[in-house]
Amino acid sequence: MNLLEMKHIQKEFNGQQVLKDLSFSVKEGEVLSIIGPSGSGKSTLLRCACMLEKIDGGEILYLGEQVSFRENGRDRGKGKKNKKEWSSMFGLVFQNFNLFPHYTVLKNIVDAPISVQKREKDEVYQEAKELLVQMGLSEKEHAYPYQLSGGQKQRVAIARALAMKPKILFFDEPTSALDPELTAEVLKVIQTLAEKNITMVIVTHEMEFAKKISDRIIFMEKGLIEVEGTPQQVFTAEHLRMKKFLKGYAK
Amino acid sequence: MTFTEIIMQLMPGIGRSILIFFFTLVFSIPLGLLVSFGRMSKCRILRMGMKGYISIMRGTPLMLQLLVVYFGPYFIFGITITDSYRVYAVLIAFSINYAAYFAEIYRGGIESIEEGQYEAAKLLGYSKGQTFFKIIFPQVIKRILPSMTNEVITLVKDTSLSFAIAYGEMFTMTKAMAASQRNMLPFVAAGIFYYIFNLIVAVAMEKTEKKLSYYR
Repeated sequence: MNLLEMKHIQKEFNGQQVLKDLSFSVKEGEVLSIIGPSGSGKSTLLRCACMLEKIDGGEILYLGEQVSFRENGRDRGKGKKNKKEWSSMFGLVFQNFNLFPHYTVLKNIVDAPISVQKREKDEVYQEAKELLVQMGLSEKEHAYPYQLSGGQKQRVAIARALAMKPKILFFDEPTSALDPELTAEVLKVIQTLAEKNITMVIVTHEMEFAKKISDRIIFMEKGLIEVEGTPQQVFTAEHLRMKKFLKGYAK
Repeated sequence: MTFTEIIMQLMPGIGRSILIFFFTLVFSIPLGLLVSFGRMSKCRILRMGMKGYISIMRGTPLMLQLLVVYFGPYFIFGITITDSYRVYAVLIAFSINYAAYFAEIYRGGIESIEEGQYEAAKLLGYSKGQTFFKIIFPQVIKRILPSMTNEVITLVKDTSLSFAIAYGEMFTMTKAMAASQRNMLPFVAAGIFYYIFNLIVAVAMEKTEKKLSYYR
């Protein structure tokens, strides 16, 4: 079954169409990368999937259950699940981390599982510490975000999202705020997640990385999906605009 | 009359000044938060209402507001004003006045928090109340502390306005004493009192700021 299905998604900001009738789906265990020039609507698409933005048309289904759709211009609600259940459906890793500055690294990770999902404290702490080991940050658990490098912050943000045990993890340009060295350490972590078969949708400008880890790649341009397929198909496709776009990266 | 005698005689007034200061903060700090919520509400009527309230409270003298609160019940409703109402009038007038100033400070603090904090909280499933009280408000407090210190220091000095309705706090007593004794010393004593009071306030607020400096 498709974990996520987005059908005929439309979104506009102030009368300008950012997403124009756009459909795709994500299967369990799949890694999907979305590439394309700035302003093509990639981030907006992710934000719609996470329900940070309301869609103006189309429907979004998680595990076949409709969560958001529009009918006759009216928002038709969120399905039957409440917020708490949705919080364990998907997670999002932001471009600029958005860690909570007044919480320690450990507290950033454990707070939502404990106070939102109401899980057992000891168990959550145990898991959080394991996640930090996995992220190579075990000695940083009592540090505050301002004491970390950008790469470390992003790894904490990934751990925070994973602690909620989401079925699908979204990345919104996770390395765009980082220098090449820090980018490498974050990409390495994402790669280990891909190896663990965690379902991920990644908006990225790191072409080589996308090629390496994705099962499928989508190339977006002006609010539409222009090319879709396996990395091989996409990077060899005869599509003028995309070729030009990829050429820019090859330099 | 020696300086020590003056201080001793002013003691009850000092107690009342501290009482006004303390209870005004107790009432106006939470009230200000409610006003700031109204000021930022999606409901236009509430928003406009609170904007008007803040505008009036900031745009007219506190002394005038104090007189209105004190004499209002008599002039408007014909209720006889009792002596014990004085202290309540002072607390009401001060609280609603300071709530307006605090509301704007809160608003500035709340609006300065990045949208990303709300989005991260939403993605993690926090309720609106949890988001505000666990994520947003602690950060707001840290940011508004310097402006709050300003207001609190002003409040220490503003307690002296209570003389307008002859509530026997420090300043009212000082004035009476200086007049009856034909002596400057009570004024000197009052000055020293306000200065030390504010010094304590400033040091306490600085300590609090330091305490909150564990994160940035």
